[in-house]
Amino acid sequence: MKRLISATALLLATSAIAQAEGQLNLYNWGNYTSPELLEKFKAETGITVTVTDYDSNDTALAKVEAGGHGFDLVVPSANYVPIWVEKGLIVPLDLSKLPNHANIAPEWKDVTWDPGRAHTIPWQWGSTGVAVDTAIYPGDINTSAVFLEVPDELKGKINVVPEMNDIVAMATMYAGGEPCSEDPEVLKKARDLLVAAKPNWISMDYGATERLSNGDWAASVNWNGSTMRARLANNTVAYGYPKEGYPLFMDSVALLADAQNVEEAYKFLDFIMVPENAAMISAFARYANGIAGSEAFMPEDMKTAPEVVIPEEFKAAGVFLPTCTGKAQEYITAIWTELQK
Amino acid sequence: MGADRLQRQSARNGWLLSLPALILLFVAAMGPLVIIVVYSFLTPGEYGNVVWEFSLDGWTGILFTRDIFDGTLGLADAHLTIFWRSVKLSILTTVATFALGFPTAWFIATRPAQQRGLWLFLITIPFWTNLLIRTFAINEVIRVEGVLNTVLLWIGVIDTPLAIIYTDTAVLIGMAYVYLPLMVLPLFAAIDRFDMRLLEAGYDLYASRWQVLRRVILPIVKPGIIAGSILVFVPSLGAYVTPRVLGGGKNMMIGNFIELQFLAGRNWPLGAALSVTLLVIVTAALLVYVKAANRGSNPHG
Amino acid sequence: MAERRFEVARLPGFATVAVATFVMLYLPIATLVTFSFNAGSSIAVWEGFSLHWYADAWNNQAVKDATVRSLVIAVWAAMISTTVATLAALGTTRRAAFKGETFIYVAINQPLMVPEIVTAVALMILFGMVKVATGYQGLGYLILAHSAFCIPFAYLPIRARLEGMDLSLESAAADLYASPWQTFRFVTLPLLGPGILAGAMLAFVISLDDVIITEFVKSGGQDTLPTYMLGQMRRTMTPEVNAISTALLALTVVLLTAFFLLTRKKG
Repeated sequence: MKRLISATALLLATSAIAQAEGQLNLYNWGNYTSPELLEKFKAETGITVTVTDYDSNDTALAKVEAGGHGFDLVVPSANYVPIWVEKGLIVPLDLSKLPNHANIAPEWKDVTWDPGRAHTIPWQWGSTGVAVDTAIYPGDINTSAVFLEVPDELKGKINVVPEMNDIVAMATMYAGGEPCSEDPEVLKKARDLLVAAKPNWISMDYGATERLSNGDWAASVNWNGSTMRARLANNTVAYGYPKEGYPLFMDSVALLADAQNVEEAYKFLDFIMVPENAAMISAFARYANGIAGSEAFMPEDMKTAPEVVIPEEFKAAGVFLPTCTGKAQEYITAIWTELQK
Repeated sequence: MGADRLQRQSARNGWLLSLPALILLFVAAMGPLVIIVVYSFLTPGEYGNVVWEFSLDGWTGILFTRDIFDGTLGLADAHLTIFWRSVKLSILTTVATFALGFPTAWFIATRPAQQRGLWLFLITIPFWTNLLIRTFAINEVIRVEGVLNTVLLWIGVIDTPLAIIYTDTAVLIGMAYVYLPLMVLPLFAAIDRFDMRLLEAGYDLYASRWQVLRRVILPIVKPGIIAGSILVFVPSLGAYVTPRVLGGGKNMMIGNFIELQFLAGRNWPLGAALSVTLLVIVTAALLVYVKAANRGSNPHG
Repeated sequence: MAERRFEVARLPGFATVAVATFVMLYLPIATLVTFSFNAGSSIAVWEGFSLHWYADAWNNQAVKDATVRSLVIAVWAAMISTTVATLAALGTTRRAAFKGETFIYVAINQPLMVPEIVTAVALMILFGMVKVATGYQGLGYLILAHSAFCIPFAYLPIRARLEGMDLSLESAAADLYASPWQTFRFVTLPLLGPGILAGAMLAFVISLDDVIITEFVKSGGQDTLPTYMLGQMRRTMTPEVNAISTALLALTVVLLTAFFLLTRKKG
């Protein structure tokens, strides 16, 4: 009992020191932050970073909006950044406090969701494509037909990640439309494609790294970093970039309007723009970052990985999902409900 | 006169004793639901949350959806399908946990007194591990190249592996696993206070085993059955981790559907209205069930 | 006599089902424990024996903190909810029916009736306002929320035990001039014991497993083991959590064995 009380007191107290000097609260996706990076940051600055996990953009947004969260930095995806800005939840960065801002690679400097990188610093980026075990299906894998018009070899063996926005966007692009489309004809086609394809899917689940490695699944709509890990375990797994269009994502770090540890936050933001440190982020979660010169410090197996370095011919088909309007989102949810009912 | 006084005293003590629980619930469970009721009458915000404008769309959205393609208002069959699937699966789960749980609880209650605590702990120990990792472990047992198939093939019971994974059977196995202690523990609590000499009396009167089970045992363990069924049925209505991992996540349960509205779907008023509806339906069903189950079963009557 | 009583209580097939149930319960646990010793980083593909996940878990401060936090919350939630649930069960059984009894019954069971996400969103909004107003962001909110939703899980087994429990012993005690408190302390409570134990154990494991409400109520630096796992689910799960689970299991088994041996000696 005494133990319990002292343990509780200790835990109750930890949140109190969170606003003390030398502390920083990072609210990030689970399993996405390299512990070595935080150790190095502490060694250099004396600041202890506490990481708290979330598992969806919507959860993070709702929680921060509700207030009283105690976080300083958050890592929203590209299509959510404009929402955070519009709601006034994140603030423009004072670039004079970020001497390493110049290290952001040119192609990531002026992005549609954050012109001039006024609010966010790149964390990691990647793509959603199709991972296929080529020993089972030797055909063309650079197409969404792999899961929308499932080839016989993959029937009953392909998984689709349950990411509503990504999946509906891929089907919409396959049907000839744009992501966040409000065109009923295109959307109808996308819906029919998905509904017709679903009986051929084995499941709609996460965990592709595991199940592609152990052969439970022969293919999956999947993220590039996860596919790379699967390939390292099972070398017949390959990653396809659908030519009809595939979603790109970038998660970027932003400073919260009600952050308590602003100075510490700036130190951290500047720290992660050092190429060597950015490489540590990538080495942990296996996705590319947006810092020029970080390639030199990346693990050998990532420098040439076809999942990380997008081949020139497929670059054009990659699109960052825009921030959908309420109307477009209503369509997407309706299609998803129809698909999963 | 005296009976009246006793009655009032009983009511006063009843409220007083329940008060701490009620306060706690009011602060951290029931009270906050008022927010949800209010939200169900508002307009969804463009990017989630709500806008403070009165609207009944959340409520009409439960049963009717405006067809996004031709704009006509039609019955929301997707919602009914999801609701029905959840109810069906919850009933099956309750039956399965009872079929396994009743013999188990009986077994524990008939152990020597000082061993019972140990057996009870044996039921709950697996639940000290995390739900997700436990569900993945079940997945590991029943998958095509999993432990179960390997063992069965090895002993020669089957020649081809059983394809259980990603079927309704898999979900049922998983749900029964996850909710088993919720059935066993209340059943045990009820059986344990049962005087086994009553059985002797039953057999002395030349009753068959079946008659003893039906006439003597069932009425007495009834409170345990009621408690166990509620604890299994109601939470399994909102289950989503197990159906997703073991069933492959191809079909939504009601819990997933409501979650969709609050998160990626950005329609909080619909989610709120759905929750309130579910609350009302389940509460009504619960009251009917408890009343029916208690009818004429007073063991002392 | 004892022999014969044991004999009557035996129902055909029950022991077999019970044993099968225990096997079913422990089969997945066995694979979970096995993979905690996996040399590879998979929870499904065996790559040889190693203890390195235990070392990893031990060196991972975030996981250790989350585990301790989960246990502390679960112990508090189980104690609080079982105490108030026991009182409520005493208040709502074995007495003349009174006005409002149904209301109390429904209120107590309410946390079961709505999917977790709903309570989670409601608490997030309410506690968010309280956190901003008071500036307190500690663990208290999580303990409060967990205590509340654990109440029905503790209440129902205790109620099932109490319902129809023989009043004659208590009447006898009262006839022997025992005060109501003495009657409660020395007669009712011991009779109620197994019900309370069952309720407390349920409340404990329910709290230990909670994901959604915790995810929405937690403040900075308050990840519990389940929310830590949830964050991992979309990416890759490693046997690290298997190692923690196994360590927790081992600890439980050791404590339990010690407790069992001690109480047996006394008896």
